Amino acid sequence: MIYLDHAATTPMRPGVWEAMAPLAAERFGNPSGVHEVSRRAKDALEEARERVAARLGVAPSEIVFTSGGTESDNLAIKGAALAGGSRRGVVTVATEHEAVLATVDFLERLGHPVTRVPVDGDGLVDRDALLGSIDDDTAVVSVMAVNNETGVVQDVAVLARAVAAERPGVLFHTDAIQAHSPRDLLTDHVHLMSLSAHKFGGPKGSGVLVVRDGVRLEPVIHGGGQEAGRRSGTTDVAAAVGFATALDLAAEDHSRLATTVGGIRDDFEKIVADAVPGLVVNGGDAPRSPQHSNFRIPGVRNESLLIRLDRAGVAASAGSACQSGAPSVSHVLTAMGLSRDEVRESVRFSFGWTTTQDEAAEAASVLIEAVEALR
Amino acid sequence: MRVLVAMSGGVDSSVAAALMTEGGHEVVGVTLKLWSGPDGEMPTAGCCTLSDSEDARRVAATLGIPYYVLDYTEEFRGGVVDRFVTDYASGRTPNPCIECNRTVKFDRLLSRLPEFDCDILVTGHHARVVDAGGTWELRRGTDRAKDQSYVLSMLGQRELAVTRFPVGEMTKTDVRRIAADLGLRTADKPESMDICFVGQGDYRGFLRRTAPDAFVPGPIVDTTGEVVGSHQGVADFTIGQRRGLGVAVGDPRYVVDIDPDRATVVIGPRRHLKVGSIHLRDVTFTADPVEGGVSVQYRAHGEVVPGVLAGSTVVFEERQEGIAPGQTVAFYADDRVLGGGVIASTER
Repeated sequence: MIYLDHAATTPMRPGVWEAMAPLAAERFGNPSGVHEVSRRAKDALEEARERVAARLGVAPSEIVFTSGGTESDNLAIKGAALAGGSRRGVVTVATEHEAVLATVDFLERLGHPVTRVPVDGDGLVDRDALLGSIDDDTAVVSVMAVNNETGVVQDVAVLARAVAAERPGVLFHTDAIQAHSPRDLLTDHVHLMSLSAHKFGGPKGSGVLVVRDGVRLEPVIHGGGQEAGRRSGTTDVAAAVGFATALDLAAEDHSRLATTVGGIRDDFEKIVADAVPGLVVNGGDAPRSPQHSNFRIPGVRNESLLIRLDRAGVAASAGSACQSGAPSVSHVLTAMGLSRDEVRESVRFSFGWTTTQDEAAEAASVLIEAVEALR
Repeated sequence: MRVLVAMSGGVDSSVAAALMTEGGHEVVGVTLKLWSGPDGEMPTAGCCTLSDSEDARRVAATLGIPYYVLDYTEEFRGGVVDRFVTDYASGRTPNPCIECNRTVKFDRLLSRLPEFDCDILVTGHHARVVDAGGTWELRRGTDRAKDQSYVLSMLGQRELAVTRFPVGEMTKTDVRRIAADLGLRTADKPESMDICFVGQGDYRGFLRRTAPDAFVPGPIVDTTGEVVGSHQGVADFTIGQRRGLGVAVGDPRYVVDIDPDRATVVIGPRRHLKVGSIHLRDVTFTADPVEGGVSVQYRAHGEVVPGVLAGSTVVFEERQEGIAPGQTVAFYADDRVLGGGVIASTER
């Protein structure tokens, strides 16, 4: 199987599982206890926190371990909207991940003012439109760094700086789950950042919310007050260690991902575009992550194409999937102005740390053959 | 052979898939996603929970076959649900499961066989396809109580040539035993009796939510035209209905006619329900067209009655009750399905 769905999840990098395993059995303690067994777990947890903090260039106290990206997004947005006193509003972008959009929908049902700023045909949000949506009620602005479906990159640094300049006191959250270099996004004007380990070679069920010092956040999971009161529940030390280990490995592999894998992606896109007349890269005119390729093949329904690819040993996706496994109609591409039929002709290939040039070339020829069979 | 199996998540299609894999065939399982949410709305999270498809997926995993969910929600809404609503609003009594077979399941899946590189389509229906020397015959399932050939009566030679119903050869008890022997999780799963998109029972509530415009209040009249009551919409009534008329008259009264154009429901004594002949639309034959004496079935698990088919008209040997426009009719010769159609109008 050629796996080109790294935006959905990635295989663990070698060494991650091995680093986690001792925490499950030997150093199994609850990090919150008083005894030796607990201390040993607590040490591992805090060491993981320090490693993550160092990699991201923040203080260990600014790292909150969560159960994954979805929880991080929930905590950031609900936490900010509920802790903001008179400021209760949320401003976000139409192409955000469901973890953000559904959270915002929920807050709207509770009576919070909510704005979802549209994007242009390339998937980019307009700086002035974003600023214009912020008012005195706004508690938090949430803009994802790299879109999970298209790989389109919003200029988070510029947007966050503009928000800080025009609307001081408003928090800025970024869902950086698909970003391959999250450290670069953590400028002074970004107060909250969501990360998920399994997107960069770590375990599933392991996430981080970066909460800059001084940011007030209402917890969404209440209980024993772990994670400095921000996230109750016995901390999953193995997951935290897995996160830290994978983040280290990914950071060390970062330039290869950006250049080599980006080159593989570019070659793949070119081979396919040359062979498939009418192919349109979604978000092709915007800055894009080197790991994503999302394009539309007129006249070929994505459902049929993805099944055919699966049968031929290539794993790709439609960008987002239902629980049932059938492709759902992408709200991201719809927001970019694609018609329902155009959305259903769009597929996503995403490249990652295991991807080789040979695999991508093989996948391209399988894809071209499948398109010819279906057209 | 390479086989595409339509898996509903029930025991019959699970066993159908299992029989195909056991027979050494290369099998691909698919589930049609037809409907999402009780009111048709997409869940806000953009996800579709479908516990039946989860059962089908697990069975496919047990059998070690690839499995896909195919999205037919739009086709289903247009071809089946909208028609269901229109039919009721027009005073007809539709059978959405047959409409689904007709407009979604077989047509669409058969047209996709090449896409899956499959030779035949297999479903879990209790019916049989028999090779009768150059002609494919559609026959009742061996388990007469579970026979579903009626809902397949629209299939023709083109479809029958590439469709098989492996559980049609066995009783339901056998099907469940095989499922249990193979450790399939659907072995004891109860049969679904509800219309999938209506949910549990109350199709009128569904109609009210979906098509409030179809509920135009109007009069209830007797067979002489005298107004004897009023109603909140013809979609609340079906021909032959006795309860819920809200009309107090001495003898039992039944809905004997529905006139949607005048929003009028006609009630009368039981003898007015007797139907001597029916006119059909969408008449199809499993093989060559037939005329003359046939056995007629007009309910899913109803008995057969003798009639004479001439063109698109059937004259019953004895007048029948419980017949309404919208119902499907299947013609039989013994256990062989000859064809079928949909009742357009009835005559006493």
